[in-house]
Amino acid sequence: MRRSRAAWWFVGPALAVIGVFFFLPVLAALALSITDFDIYALADLRNLRLVGLRNYVELLQTPLFWHALGNTLYFVVAGVPLSIAASLGAALLLHSRAARFKAFFRTALFAPVVTTLVASAVVWRYLFNARYGWLNYALGGIGIPPIDWLGDPRWAMPAIIVFAVWKNFGYNMIILLAGLQAIPVELYEAARIDGASFGRQFRYVTLPMLSPMLLMVGILTVAGYFQLFAEPYVMTQGGPLQSTVSVLYLMYEEGFKWWNLGSASAVAFVLFLLIFAVTAVQLRWMRRSVA
Amino acid sequence: MRYLFRRSLACLIAIGLVLAAAGCSSRSADQTVVRFWAMGREGEVVVELIPEFERTHPAIRVEVQQLPWSAAHEKLLTAFAGDATPDVCQLGNTWIPEFVALHALEPLDHEVAGSQAIDRRDYFEGIWDTNVVDGKLYGVPWYVDTRLLFYRRDLLAQAGFAAPPRSWIEWQQMLAAIKERAGPDRYSILLPLNEFEPLLVLALQQDEPLLRDDGRFGNFESPGFRRTLQFYVEMFRRGWAPPLTNADVSNVWSEFARGYFSFYVTGPWNIGEFKRRLPPERQESWMTAALPGPEGPGASIAGGSSLVVFGTSRVKAAAWEWIEYLSRPDVQRRFHDLTGDLPPRRSTWTEGRLADDAYARAFREQLERVKPAPKVPEWERIANELRLVAERMVHGELSVDEATRELDARADRILEKRRWLLARRGGP
Repeated sequence: MRRSRAAWWFVGPALAVIGVFFFLPVLAALALSITDFDIYALADLRNLRLVGLRNYVELLQTPLFWHALGNTLYFVVAGVPLSIAASLGAALLLHSRAARFKAFFRTALFAPVVTTLVASAVVWRYLFNARYGWLNYALGGIGIPPIDWLGDPRWAMPAIIVFAVWKNFGYNMIILLAGLQAIPVELYEAARIDGASFGRQFRYVTLPMLSPMLLMVGILTVAGYFQLFAEPYVMTQGGPLQSTVSVLYLMYEEGFKWWNLGSASAVAFVLFLLIFAVTAVQLRWMRRSVA
Repeated sequence: MRYLFRRSLACLIAIGLVLAAAGCSSRSADQTVVRFWAMGREGEVVVELIPEFERTHPAIRVEVQQLPWSAAHEKLLTAFAGDATPDVCQLGNTWIPEFVALHALEPLDHEVAGSQAIDRRDYFEGIWDTNVVDGKLYGVPWYVDTRLLFYRRDLLAQAGFAAPPRSWIEWQQMLAAIKERAGPDRYSILLPLNEFEPLLVLALQQDEPLLRDDGRFGNFESPGFRRTLQFYVEMFRRGWAPPLTNADVSNVWSEFARGYFSFYVTGPWNIGEFKRRLPPERQESWMTAALPGPEGPGASIAGGSSLVVFGTSRVKAAAWEWIEYLSRPDVQRRFHDLTGDLPPRRSTWTEGRLADDAYARAFREQLERVKPAPKVPEWERIANELRLVAERMVHGELSVDEATRELDARADRILEKRRWLLARRGGP
């Protein structure tokens, strides 16, 4: 009894902080999402209407929302595996015994994570430029006709994905590198004595030993990639033809550009539920595969 | 020990209070402070106009706060929600209806009527009109912004035309002739798809308003707007304009210098940019021209910034003196020299650098023919939909008829709350 009370004392401060800065805002957002709060309501609260679920119903009927959801899923489905593969590849290279100047490459590959997004986006916009960009120049070298990366609705999202993967893979790389370094060397020795090839060592030693790390990285990356916003905001402003509007971008425009905080809260809530559901599925999958 | 500590603490507090009181009284007893918010470059430059004002108005001190344009709207709304609005503010004139809806601004009809310095007949009609909402005046124009043609004189001459177009028909002939000479990789005109202004100015040239029934519904299915949309999309369909955004044309100025396009619909800030960024050998070959209209010279948008007084201000008289000072023609001339911004008063244009500037002449002519955008708080959002729908149309996803229907549907949805408010105000 006394011990549990003591425990509450320890947990109390953290709970209070979470309550004030997380649960309260979430509840407020939920309340806001059933109103039509906008600048008219800001002028005079009597202009506020309780609209029940209308924001949600209208949102689900808005083609742009489904379009944005599709764009976001495209980004997550294509971007997360690419990002983790790039991280894992880089981590393996850095971990390999043949690698030279490890400290330098580790820093260099991590550098994109800590550079400001806006500055690197400006550089990437030049790389992607349809007429003078290096990317098209390089593609031209191997005989591929120029691609209008940021101007063509079919290519804008792939361009954003390339940029986001480049920007983010270093973070997961460091985590996976730590995971690789924690795998006991004896396991590889034993595998080599048994005559396992490099591929088989990777498949039967590295991957299983790394799987808790990989799953954690996967969950964090999925949750992060669902919140796609800054990349399209600085690179394309959602264009061309709204092909890079993500759910969060839609929420930002609705809330802070047009000041419809009611419907913006509804967007935020839908996104919250979506990420929550996906993470729950991932966690269950993880528990099953670990057990 | 404890006693000593308390006493010294009390002493400190007392000293602090005395100092604070002294500090306050030396300011507030004989000087009124006007808090002025200004945006971007204007906010940086206006500081240079203050010493002269404070010399002639010793009882007033002006405190400037600079806001970046990108954050200004949000910051103003937050300030309004937190009762922290300034006394005077620079406000983009398309934002005025929104802040009027918030009841944030002070009507200025009375001040203007009694003012020696501000004569409304001296202001360009369309620009003044942007500040009038429901018959009341809420701002005084500070500088103006409109869109017109920047064009390559030499390329136009090579295509066989000595003067810029006055009507749409002439314009189309020139666009076709230039494209014929330019070939498949170059174009006649740049209409960036990430801007709604080029289409909007063409739409304002029609007689029908863009919204109908006092801003209750969209009016995009009107014959006039349909004509504009047809004209606009044809420029892309015939290959006169490339379907690009500004981001795709990495450097508009160097492309213009290279002849990638010959016409460009843009605003006054580009006079300075063109002078600075075009290579010397191209400086002789560009010019500005007023916009051609459906039949003869056409209208353009009445843009720019106004000076407004917030209703919560406690120093409205001093605030008004500051606005009167900034509106004086000689001060506006200095302001133009500092920023390149175009002044809203005709008498400011008659002397100084502006009167001799060949590139500004077309703006002077155009300013006699400017119209405000619809004055409802929802307009910016509708204008954004205008851009999005036009972009889809240019990419061939919508026909002109489908685009006008889609625009009306979107505008009506956005205006739903306005209709509800107007109905409630009109009802019992």
